[in-house]
Amino acid sequence: MSFQTPSELRYLRTHEWVRMEGDEAVVGITDYAQDSLGDVVYVELPQVGDMFGAGEVFGVIESVKASSDLFAPVGGEVIAINAKLETSQETVNKDPYGEAWMIRLKVSGEESELIDAAAYEQFVASL
Amino acid sequence: MIKRTPLYQSHRDLGARMVEFGGWEMPVQYRGILDEHAAVRHGAGVFDVSHMGRFMVIGPDAQPFLQYIATCDMSRMDVGASSYALLCHPHGGIVDDIFIYRLPTSYLVVVNAANHQKDRDMMVFHAARFNVKIVDYSDQLAMLALQGPLAETLLAQSGEVRVDDLPGLPFHGITSGRLFGVDGCYISRTGYTGEDGFELFFDASRAVRVWEGLLALGGAEVQPCGLGARDSLRFEPCLPLYGHEISDDTNPYEARLGWAVKLEKGDFVGRDALLRLKGEPLQRQLVGFEMVGRGVARGGYPVHRVGGEQVGSVTTGMPSPTLGKPLGLGYVPPDLSHEGSELDIIIRSKPVRARVVATPFYRPRYKK
Repeated sequence: MSFQTPSELRYLRTHEWVRMEGDEAVVGITDYAQDSLGDVVYVELPQVGDMFGAGEVFGVIESVKASSDLFAPVGGEVIAINAKLETSQETVNKDPYGEAWMIRLKVSGEESELIDAAAYEQFVASL
Repeated sequence: MIKRTPLYQSHRDLGARMVEFGGWEMPVQYRGILDEHAAVRHGAGVFDVSHMGRFMVIGPDAQPFLQYIATCDMSRMDVGASSYALLCHPHGGIVDDIFIYRLPTSYLVVVNAANHQKDRDMMVFHAARFNVKIVDYSDQLAMLALQGPLAETLLAQSGEVRVDDLPGLPFHGITSGRLFGVDGCYISRTGYTGEDGFELFFDASRAVRVWEGLLALGGAEVQPCGLGARDSLRFEPCLPLYGHEISDDTNPYEARLGWAVKLEKGDFVGRDALLRLKGEPLQRQLVGFEMVGRGVARGGYPVHRVGGEQVGSVTTGMPSPTLGKPLGLGYVPPDLSHEGSELDIIIRSKPVRARVVATPFYRPRYKK
C-alpha cells in the first residue's frame, strides 16, 4: 500500500504533518495515519488561544476501533482551528493534507523531532 | 505460526487490511468499518469466520458428553436445532462461549479461535469417560456468515437452496443443502451481529467459490465485512466477546449470562460452583454505559466511583456506529450497576463522567 507524503511538508513519527507559513504552522495528520485509524468519528481540537509546547498533546482523534492523541510538531499558540472537523470528521479520511487541516499555530516554541517526506516514507515502510 | 484461512488471497485481492487475531491473519476491514457496519444493519454483509474452531462430536454418548461439558440443556435439542452454551471451569469461570448444532448423526461445536486448543483439551480430557469421538474439522470445513435484513432474500437467490426452505428455517435452526454448486453445505440461522442471517459450513476446498458466490448476490447491497465491523456489530446488541466481557476469571452471573446455565438439567462441569455462585450476592456486574462527558471509553480503561477509587474496568468501548454516540460495557460493583448510576471512566489519565444505561444498546432483529 502506498501513501501520499507531500514533499513540501515535514512530519512527526507520531504521524502529524506540519506546513510552515512564515511564523505560522498548519498541522494535520498524515494519509498513513487516517488509513490506519479507519473511519474517523470524532476529532477533539483545542481552543484558539491555547498554548502547546512541541510534542505536547493538542487533541484527540477517534475512529470506531481506536483513539489516538494528536501531538504538536512545534510549540506555539493556537490561532485557528478547523471547526468543520467537528461535524465533517470524514474529511480526515478523504483529504488529510487539505480540507482536514486541524490547527494553525503562531510559532513561539522549539520544534519537535521533525523529519522530511523521504524520511517519513522510510519510517512508515518500516512499520 | 500465524494461520490463514482458505480465503486469505481473496481478502488480499479485495484490498482488506489484515491483522492478527487469535493466532490467525484475518481481514479487519475492506472499505471501512462504518460502511460494512451499515451494510449489515440495512442490507447484508459476508464474513469469513473460518478462524473459529469447529469440532464434530460423534458416537453413542455424544449427547450425554455435551450435556456434561456444556451449560445448555442438550436433552431439549432436536436434530436441526442449535444452542448457545458456555464451557465452565470447576470453579465456575468461563472456559469459552460456544455454539452447539445438532446434525442428523453428530454434533457440530463451534468455538472461539483463541480458545481452540484450550477447548479441545477440555473436551478430550472429559471424553475419556464417554463413548465419544472428538474430531477437529477446523481445517476441513470453511465457515462464512451472511448477515443482515436482506440475507434471506439474497441467499434464496443463489438459486440452489430451495427458496421455501429458508423462511422455514427457524432462529437457531440448521439444515443442509447445495450452495453455488457445492453439496453438503450446512446452513444455520445463527450469527453474531444482532441481525437476521446465516452461518454456512462447507468443504474448505470450495471456500473461494462460495465466498465469491455470496458477494455476487446483491450488487452494492452485500459487502465483505471484516473483524472491525464484526466487533462493532456484536457490541451494540451487547453480545459478549471472549477475552473482553468474559474470561476464565468471569462467572456467568456477573456477565449476565445466567440464562445460558441450566442448573436443573443435572450434573455438569462447574455446576456445584455455579449453584453456589447463583445463591451468593454478585461481587460485580457487567453493565452498559453512555458517556456524559466528552470522550470515548475503550477496553481496559479503569472505571472509578465518581471522584473516588477504581472499582472496575471497561471491557469494550467505542463510538457506536448505529446509535451515533460513544458507548461502553464494563464491570462495576452491584451498588453502581442500576440504570442511571454515574461512573468516572479514566480516559488518558482524566476522569470522564459516564452513566449506566439499559442494555442491549441495540435490540436484535432476529427472525423468530
